[in-house]
Amino acid sequence: MSRQANRATDSKKMNSELFTLTYGALVTQLCKDYENDEEVNKQLDKMGYNIGVRLIEDFLARSSIGRCQDFRETADVIAKVAFKMYLGITPSVTNWSPAGDEFSLILENNPLVDFVELPDNHSTLIYSNLLCGVLRGALEMVQMAVDVKFAQDTLRGDSVTEIRMKFIKRIEENLPAGDE
Amino acid sequence: MADETLFEFLHMEIVSHVYKEQQSSKGTMDNKDRAVCVSVLEGMGFRVGQGLIERLTRDSPSFKDELDIMKFICKDFWTKVFRRQVDNLRTNHQGTYVLQDNKFNLLTQLSNGKQYLDQAPKYLAFSCGVVRGALSNLGLESVVTAEVSVMPSCKFQVVIQKLP
Repeated sequence: MSRQANRATDSKKMNSELFTLTYGALVTQLCKDYENDEEVNKQLDKMGYNIGVRLIEDFLARSSIGRCQDFRETADVIAKVAFKMYLGITPSVTNWSPAGDEFSLILENNPLVDFVELPDNHSTLIYSNLLCGVLRGALEMVQMAVDVKFAQDTLRGDSVTEIRMKFIKRIEENLPAGDE
Repeated sequence: MADETLFEFLHMEIVSHVYKEQQSSKGTMDNKDRAVCVSVLEGMGFRVGQGLIERLTRDSPSFKDELDIMKFICKDFWTKVFRRQVDNLRTNHQGTYVLQDNKFNLLTQLSNGKQYLDQAPKYLAFSCGVVRGALSNLGLESVVTAEVSVMPSCKFQVVIQKLP
């Protein structure tokens, strides 16, 4: 019985290890292909965006969450449902701006960086930048233009990883010409 | 948890990126370009396979022989990585093995038959590398290729390289 339980948790861990290791291989490859960290950061963001615009459909299908009423609800859904579903962690939502259009996601531990150390010559690399692109792409598909960036990163010596999300504007749905 | 889905999306995007990058410098793709793409993906898979097998076999006793290793790959390793066991393992007992997976999970999203058959190799290169990396860390150098005739069924051919 206990052996079965071990298998189950092992298989969960293994799957996220597959993702973590693959992500590491990707970053390594990008560092080889591009001359500077800035370019790698850009590529990670772009790839994340491409993933995000498709991932949102998968997310909506799995979670059957309806339309969020406001940005606060969006923040909660991202932290408590989406992150939990895909990365197995629940970041906390904090540091709301007075206008309510900006907040932080604090990740106590970031599964992408398990066993990762940044070498000295990559001090400006934003290792997990894919996540920013994913969030941006996904939210764009639900009519929200947002700016997402890493404010703190444990890989660069900070004590936690902090993702700052800012609401820019609502994207109007473009109806095809002739629709009333 | 749907982390397998996240991996699948990441894998697809990586394949797309590698091919786009190789193409952008010229605008078209010839066979040499395709070979480069396959090689890059295979190389990435190799590192991942090495890492995965290391964690998986950390506490296991050592294997009896080559066949024992291949059976482990077909059952435990395949389950951990591709979420199912290999359906059929054949060997000529001279270092060549054919692993057949009838529902290879990285192909199920592509098609259920012959559509996009020419695209399949792109999506198998990484996995071939994963298998080769795993075997390498277990002491077996190999050449791993994959063949698809009807998706999502796939045959991986492993040829163990004997030391001279």
